[in-house]
Amino acid sequence: MTQTIKLSAIAHARSGDKGNHANIGVIAYTAAGYEHLHGVLTAERVARHFGGLAASRVERFELPRLWAFNFLLYDALAGGASRSLRIDTQGKLLATAVGELQLPAPDNLAAMLKAGEEGGSAGRGEGGNRRRESSS
Amino acid sequence: MKKPTAAAVTCAIANAAGFLGDNLDAPRRLVESARVDYLTLEYLAELTLSILARLREKDPNAGYANDFLDVLASLVPALRSQPQLKIVTNAGGMNPLACARAAAALLNDAGLGDLVIGVVTGDDLLDRLPALEAGGWPFENLDTRQPLGDLGREVVSANAYLGGRPIAEALDRGARLVLTGRVADASLTVGPAVHAFGWKWDDWRRLAGASVAGHLIECGAQVTGGFYPHWQGLDLARVGYPIAELAADGNCVITKPAGTGGAVNRETVAEQLVYEIGDPSHYLTPDVDVDFTTIDIEPLTADRVAVRGATGRPPPATYKASLAYRDGYFASGQLLVYGDDCVAKARAAGEMLLARVREAGYELERSLVECLGAGGGVPGVDRSPEGLREVVLRVTAADPRRQAIERFSKEFAPLATSGPGGLAGYASGRPPVRPVLAYWPTSVPRDAVSPQVEVRTAAEWAAKEG
Repeated sequence: MTQTIKLSAIAHARSGDKGNHANIGVIAYTAAGYEHLHGVLTAERVARHFGGLAASRVERFELPRLWAFNFLLYDALAGGASRSLRIDTQGKLLATAVGELQLPAPDNLAAMLKAGEEGGSAGRGEGGNRRRESSS
Repeated sequence: MKKPTAAAVTCAIANAAGFLGDNLDAPRRLVESARVDYLTLEYLAELTLSILARLREKDPNAGYANDFLDVLASLVPALRSQPQLKIVTNAGGMNPLACARAAAALLNDAGLGDLVIGVVTGDDLLDRLPALEAGGWPFENLDTRQPLGDLGREVVSANAYLGGRPIAEALDRGARLVLTGRVADASLTVGPAVHAFGWKWDDWRRLAGASVAGHLIECGAQVTGGFYPHWQGLDLARVGYPIAELAADGNCVITKPAGTGGAVNRETVAEQLVYEIGDPSHYLTPDVDVDFTTIDIEPLTADRVAVRGATGRPPPATYKASLAYRDGYFASGQLLVYGDDCVAKARAAGEMLLARVREAGYELERSLVECLGAGGGVPGVDRSPEGLREVVLRVTAADPRRQAIERFSKEFAPLATSGPGGLAGYASGRPPVRPVLAYWPTSVPRDAVSPQVEVRTAAEWAAKEG
């Protein structure tokens, strides 16, 4: 059986609405993670993951300097903020949901984790280092 | 923060409101904890204007962001003690002139009658829609390409997204408070930047840099730790709102006031950069067509992140415009469903409710049954977990007929005595029936729109007849 990882182990994301379209920005924690995602996080794979949203198509844009991708899920919001009957009218949850996507595990996973988490369970635990990084 | 010497070298532009309904104390807290040159306050999400349009229908002096008056009252001490501080906001909504009169009365009463208020109008296209359509502009829906003429619904608001130019003009003419209606969110930052640095309006690289700064701060705390997955330990209850320290070359540093909660790091900035964007090579504003793919993000010290290298091209020949039209009625109710069979029971109860509405003679145009807690949040992605013992049933419907939705709303309570056992939550009563205002994204030719700028002191605005 092929080893897999969750996308959230090596990337974080933010999502929102553009009318009836949803966008999901996915950002790798490291350059190595971006390289891996470039090959495996295809528009097709994201479209499959979100098949329940009935998007008309999914397009991937690349921002290599930021280690980021932007996915546009066209017509995915069942009418958008003004008309959708869903609880998540604006696609705010998609950023969290995309993190559940199972991807082929890379050989060098340790080089792709969020800084300070190399020893932890991938993409899950949050150590006390957050406070140090964020305090001002 | 660096103090300007001869010409401005750095311009500190903050944002402390990301939408109408954002934290009311954030603006005051921000100016108390950091010395900024401009405080921007963004109140107009896509549909906010249509809600404000309905308020103006009922009262010709309403239709602006009421929250702003409370915010402005809280900012009076800072306006007195910080001569550099200026406020730029789209709080004017559908009625910037009424907003100006109310704000002016408040400032005048506070002894700030000399404070100059600039008002930007010209975004409201509603009265001119028929003439523009007759003149051959179809107001095509940007997503569906359908012309507005085919819609056959009542349009309640129509506004062009203006750029930063009239804002800069108001500041050039001495305004310390600039009130606008619909402007592009990023333009709330571009206007002050051009005023501060004297850039040309075809200096695409610098305009792009300021637009990126504006995009990053426009949603308030979403760039300082809000909406961030790694929220633990960030003290978000005391989250600091963002400041863009913009340099004369158009690059900026994103930061937040010292001693506040939240975080500014590579990840929070990158997340906000990709928030609600389409093609990152073409982030379109009325001021410039920005390329995000040339941007570099570099963390400097704690809570300071440099954002450099945005490039730009001339903006499109049209302004984006947003229309809202009446689209029937809507209601949504929730009940808690408990027990080993909670998911099956919730689905069944939802279908019972809809069947009873049908029995009453109403075939609802659209309806949805969701089981929140069992994968309802993102349809198709999550499965119902094993051993689940409670779930929230949410049933939602929309229909052109008010009576149909009213009947739908009345069918929640009867489930208490005539539905399956193990349902709770009736105490919240019948869900409210509300009219739907639907969104129609479109465009309008630039030459059909002429932004206007009026500048007077607060004392003069307060004395002006409505």
